[in-house]
Amino acid sequence: MAGVGTAHLRALDDALLRVEHLLVEFPLRHGAKVNAVTDVSLDVLEGETLGLVGESGCGKSTTGRAIVQLPPPSAGSVRFDGKELTQLHGETLRNVRPRMQMIFQDPISSLNPRRRVADIVAEGLDIWRIGDRGARAAKVAEVLDAVGIDPKNARTRRPHEYSGGQCQRISIARAIVTEPKLIICDEPVSALDVSVQAQIINLLEEMKRRYNLTLIFIAHDLAVVKNVSDRVMVMYLGRACEVGPPDDLFAQPAHPYTAALLAAIPEPDPEKKPDPERVLGGEIPSPIDPPSGCRFRTRCPKAEPRCAVEVPEMREIRPAQFVACHFPLAPGEQLDFSAPGLRADGGADRGYAPDLEPVRWDPDTGPALPSEDDN
Amino acid sequence: MSVTHEFAEAPYEGPLLEVDDLRTSFDTQGGAVRSVDGVSFTLERGKTLGIVGESGSGKTVLSRSIMNLLPKRGTTRRGSVRFEGNEIVGLSDAEMRKFWGAQMAMVFQDPMTSLNPVMKIGNQLKESIREHLDVTKEYAGELAESLLASVRIPEPRQRLEEYPHQLSGGMRQRVCIAIALACGPKLLFADEPTTALDVTVQAQVLDLMRQQQDERFMAMVLITHDLGVVAGRTDNIAVMYAGRIVEQAPTDVLFRDMKMPYTEALLSSIPKLNERSHTKLNVIPGRPPDLINPPPGCKFAPRCTYVQERCLEEEPPLRAAPTPGHRFRCWFPVGTPEGADALARNRARGGAPEPSVGAGASVGTAAAQGASS
Repeated sequence: MAGVGTAHLRALDDALLRVEHLLVEFPLRHGAKVNAVTDVSLDVLEGETLGLVGESGCGKSTTGRAIVQLPPPSAGSVRFDGKELTQLHGETLRNVRPRMQMIFQDPISSLNPRRRVADIVAEGLDIWRIGDRGARAAKVAEVLDAVGIDPKNARTRRPHEYSGGQCQRISIARAIVTEPKLIICDEPVSALDVSVQAQIINLLEEMKRRYNLTLIFIAHDLAVVKNVSDRVMVMYLGRACEVGPPDDLFAQPAHPYTAALLAAIPEPDPEKKPDPERVLGGEIPSPIDPPSGCRFRTRCPKAEPRCAVEVPEMREIRPAQFVACHFPLAPGEQLDFSAPGLRADGGADRGYAPDLEPVRWDPDTGPALPSEDDN
Repeated sequence: MSVTHEFAEAPYEGPLLEVDDLRTSFDTQGGAVRSVDGVSFTLERGKTLGIVGESGSGKTVLSRSIMNLLPKRGTTRRGSVRFEGNEIVGLSDAEMRKFWGAQMAMVFQDPMTSLNPVMKIGNQLKESIREHLDVTKEYAGELAESLLASVRIPEPRQRLEEYPHQLSGGMRQRVCIAIALACGPKLLFADEPTTALDVTVQAQVLDLMRQQQDERFMAMVLITHDLGVVAGRTDNIAVMYAGRIVEQAPTDVLFRDMKMPYTEALLSSIPKLNERSHTKLNVIPGRPPDLINPPPGCKFAPRCTYVQERCLEEEPPLRAAPTPGHRFRCWFPVGTPEGADALARNRARGGAPEPSVGAGASVGTAAAQGASS
């Protein structure tokens, strides 16, 4: 998957946020680097929710942070509300910040335990000196009330006096108090209990309508992402695999990795017995030395020699659904993941990491591919 | 004391595990927290029981209480736990050592904290093997290697010499499973074994546990908050709330014919893949009760959409449903005329929110009308 290209982006004028060729690398010793995000492009229209999904290490959180320039990306462009954020520094960048906010996974550790809740929520207003004291207090009370926290108690209480779900409500209040346009929610419900998770998801939907928010919703839970999103982007090992409207994307995944993710989700229905044959084997390769070509090829049952050489480009496979894959799935096609991916031994064993030898890349002869009779 | 020695000679015919009215409470400054409050169930050999519930429902304490893994100070443990007919409540740690690992073992949620970070994987495996089996060092080493291979860890021999931080999360959890399986326990407790793992890794680990369970004819108690995880992988499910089992049934019966409003609410609050995006989620209003001074009556009543006056005063017993093996705790069960009446009455007086779409009004702002799109 592991795709490049910008075919899935919409007209520049429509997008509140447009990210092109985003590259985030973290240097290591001896010239090595972690390829956290490689050539990812995305856009978000005003009022839209973009869901970013993928497993740990796929670069979804790094993408979210690079958008708010924390830290700034190594390369690429981030155009937010008509401004190129990667060109801004110091005060000019700071001036954009109140209009972009983040909500984090762990609500309790993202709130200062020593401060009163009302002060935590008011901090953004205080820093930006928005309104006089009375107006600020009124605004804090309004947003706290909107998220379902009693503003009167919040003036005296500290975060530990609230439950996890309530702390996440406070985080949401803190994010919306400066009237941002864009909120990046990084796994906002992953640390919460199922019943509380539903409350927070519904609250985010309500806040989005009430305050005209645009959301980027980062999560690993596909069912949650499907529920909240207008558009979903699936990521794998720092690259975008597939983009599309959630209902179509989940009904007819075109990327083998999307299909693998969907097949792995345990559904609350005893009729649907989990099928070990449909479970993706192996483990995610190291982002320090990612596979050449399509980064998913080492685990992909459809991989062919071309996948090791050529990075697939994003292309429209069905209306509004874009995929970066040389051999996308036909509608209804079932993948058998007991077939090994493109690895050196073509082993017969299920794809657990031992046999997941990355294909050796030789600068002169190209990748060392399995010979014909191995297949 | 001498209990364990009899196992091999006279195989016990009854259920593997019989838990009867187990109660566990912790003394705190505010009073005793009754984390497990009268739990009874039996588990047959080779079967899987799923225990589901929210945080604080007592599912973890229940499993540790059964295994006698809780601290002795400040903990009160009453009731009966019989393992192959032998009472194990009241045994000392020294006596429990014959059960731990050899008869019953546990896999925890976070593999990084349950493995020793400064001890090689191989030594952690061998430690358990040599504690329970009378084998040489060399044989223990070979056994450790084959155990790692059986949980599909690549290059097991090299891995024995590695430390936990050198492995990925999924790999570490496989090591934990290998350690738990090392002495061939008859019963495995898996406490949120995949919650810290990614979905594809979760599926691998759950498949592995299923396969090992089949090979060893081992019983398993799978504890999770995820109804999806238990749906396809258990024979029986017990739903816990406020330290009690509020509903227990064979897995297919539970999903087809749930009687307890809490089970229904839990299931309807999770987003499902087969629903369209922006489907409004049902919300369970409020929070679980205080376990120091739980309210009288049904513990779920304050959050229940079916609640009637009787529920607030009188706690329903765990009674049998028409389907064999199905028990629940409710005066106005889901899918019965009484339940429908209760719901209709609540709707008429506008007192309690209704569970269908458009509900959740009682939590103020949580009642978003998210059904757009």
